[in-house]
Amino acid sequence: MPKTLFDKIWEAHEVAEGLLYIDLHLVHEVTSPQAFESLRLAGRKVRRPDRTLATADHNVPTDGSTSLPMVSDPLSRKQIATLEQNCEEFGVPVYSIGSARQGIVHVIGPEIGVTQPGMTIVCGDSHTSTHGAFGALAFGIGTSEVEHVLATQTLQQRKPKSMRIRYEGELGPGVTAKDLILGTIGRMGVDGGVGYVIEYAGPAIEALSMEGRMTVCNMTIEGGGRAGMIAPDETTFEWVRGREAAPEDFDAAVAGWRELYTEDGAEFDREIVIDASEISPQVSWGTNPAMVTDVTSAVPEPAGEGDARALEYMGLEAGTPIEEIRLDRVFIGSCTNARIGDLREAAEVIRGHKVASTVNAMVVPGSAQVKAQAESEGLDEVFRAAGFDWRSAGCSMCLGMNPDTLDPGERCASTSNRNFEGRQGRGGRTHLVSPRMAAAAAIEGRFVDIRNWS
Amino acid sequence: MEPINVVEGPVSVLDRIDVDTDQIMPKQFLKRVERSGFGQYLFFDWAKEPGWDLPKNPILVTGRNFGCGSSREHAPWGLEDYGFKAIVAPSYADIFYSNCTKIGLLPVVLPEEQVKAVMAAGEARIDLEAQTVTAGGESCPFEIDQETKRRLLNGLDDIGVTLLQDDALAAYEQGRERQGPVTTGLLQ
Repeated sequence: MPKTLFDKIWEAHEVAEGLLYIDLHLVHEVTSPQAFESLRLAGRKVRRPDRTLATADHNVPTDGSTSLPMVSDPLSRKQIATLEQNCEEFGVPVYSIGSARQGIVHVIGPEIGVTQPGMTIVCGDSHTSTHGAFGALAFGIGTSEVEHVLATQTLQQRKPKSMRIRYEGELGPGVTAKDLILGTIGRMGVDGGVGYVIEYAGPAIEALSMEGRMTVCNMTIEGGGRAGMIAPDETTFEWVRGREAAPEDFDAAVAGWRELYTEDGAEFDREIVIDASEISPQVSWGTNPAMVTDVTSAVPEPAGEGDARALEYMGLEAGTPIEEIRLDRVFIGSCTNARIGDLREAAEVIRGHKVASTVNAMVVPGSAQVKAQAESEGLDEVFRAAGFDWRSAGCSMCLGMNPDTLDPGERCASTSNRNFEGRQGRGGRTHLVSPRMAAAAAIEGRFVDIRNWS
Repeated sequence: MEPINVVEGPVSVLDRIDVDTDQIMPKQFLKRVERSGFGQYLFFDWAKEPGWDLPKNPILVTGRNFGCGSSREHAPWGLEDYGFKAIVAPSYADIFYSNCTKIGLLPVVLPEEQVKAVMAAGEARIDLEAQTVTAGGESCPFEIDQETKRRLLNGLDDIGVTLLQDDALAAYEQGRERQGPVTTGLLQ
C-alpha cells in the first residue's frame, strides 16, 4: 500500500506498538525544571544526552545581557540558572545566555543542523512543529512527556490522523509564507487541524525558502494540528549541507532523504485544496489566529461565538477598514519570523524610511547567530537608521516572559504567532502579520497593503 | 499519579469556546520551577472580570477546543490544584488533552448537546470504568483510549510502564542507531 511521508517516519520510529523513538529532544528553561526535578527524585538519568540539546530563550532579556547576573528579574534568573545546573548535572549540552549559539530553540536547531529530514523531534513547546519543514515529524509536548523522553528517549503515542493541504497556483508578489499559513488557518478554523498531522504540498510550498517553510509548519499548531511537515527536496538538502551537525557522508544521507515523500495513491484521512494565488497579505483582527482577514478588507461583523468579545478586547468596530487601524508598537521577532531571511525582507522594506513618530518598533533576531549574520550584512544599521530598536536574541515579546511587553491598550503589529488576550502583555492588542507587512506598518503607523506600497 | 475512577459532584461552568492555555495560566506564572501551587493563579486575568464565577468544584464543564495554544502543562497543574478532578467538553487541543491524562486530570469528551445538558444539570457523576457521564437523570457514554483508561484507573507511572519494554528499546537502539546528529559533539 502506498505510504505517506508521515507513515514512513512513524513506522521507522516505532519501538513497539504505541511507543515512538525520539531522535532529538530540544529543551528550554520554562518547561523542563519540573521534569529534571522528578528525574532526580526518582533516581533516574537522562538516557540519551547525546540526543538532547538545551537553550535559554523564553526568559532571556534582549537588552544585550550576556551573563546570568545581568538578568534583573530574580525569577527569570533562577529559571535560567536552574536550566544550567540541570544540564550540568545530567550531562545535557546547553547554549545558555551569553553563548554565541543561544537563541530561540526552533531557530537554533535548524541553524546548527541538528534538525534533519526523517527525524522525530520533540520539545516542551508547541511550536516544535517548525522542524517539520525539513520533512521531520516534530511536535510539542508537556512537561510530564519531557520527563518521559529524558528518561526513556521515547513517547507513548497513538498514531494521529493524517491530512494533506495542497496549494494550487503560486503566491502573488509581496505575499509570503506567513500570509499563506494565516490565510489557511482563517479558512480551517483554530481547531480545524486537531488530531491531525498535516503535510503541506503543492507548487506554492515547493517554491518557498526553508525560512518560509518553517513559518508555515511553525503555525500548524495555531490551526490545532499536531504537527506540520513538508517533503524534503533540494532546497532542504542545500540548507543542511555544510552546517556543523550535517551528516559526514552527506551524499549517502541525501540518498536516504530522497525516499521521504508521499507516494502516489497514498491515502490521507482528510485532504484540502487551497488556491494560493487567492491569498492576499493577511492581518489578524481578533484574539485567535483564525480571526484573520485580507489587508484590503475590513474588520468583520461578529459572526461566530466569541467574535463580539474579541472585537471588544481588541477595541475595534466592525466595518473599520484594516488599513485605517493605527498602531503603537511593531514587533519583528519570534520562532515564526526572526530568521535571517525574515530580517532581510523587513530591512528591504524599511531601507531609506523612518518609523512613524507615533510608533515604537523593535527587531529581535531569532538567535545570536542570526544577529551576528544580520550585523555582518549591515541590516542592524538599516533598522537603527529607520528608528527600530535592535535587540538581542530570544522569544521576547511573542509572549512577554522577559521585560519586553505591551502596556494595556497598546496595539501592536507583530510577526509572532499568537494574538490571544494578554499574550504580549496584559490588555495588549496583537495583530499578526508578515515581516514585510510589519515593516511597512512601522513606517506608516497603520496597516498598508505591501503590494501597493513603496 | 493518583488512581481515578468515579468523579461526582457539582460542576463549574465556563461557557466559552477556544479557551487557550495563556488564559488558563498566564505567562508570568511559568517562571516558577515548582510543580505545585498553581491553583491560585488559574484564569488570573479573567477572574478579575465582573460576574466571573468559577467555584472550586470537582468537575469543570466548558466549550469546544479547550486548552488550545501553548503546550504549558502549568495549565492542567493549575486546574488540578484549584480542585478540578475532571473536565467535560466537546473537544480539546491535542497537547492539552495528553497533558491532563499524564497528571490524572480526566478529560471527558461529550457531544455539544450533552455538554450543555451537563451545564444545565449543575452536577454530574463521571464513571471512568463504565465510561459514562450521568447528569439530570440521563446517562451518556464517552470514548477514551483503552490504554489511557487503564493508566488513569490504576494511577500508573508512565515511565515505569515504558521501562518494562527496556529490552525492545535497547534492541531498537542497537539495530537502528542513527549516525547523527550527536548533540554532545557540538562546539560549545
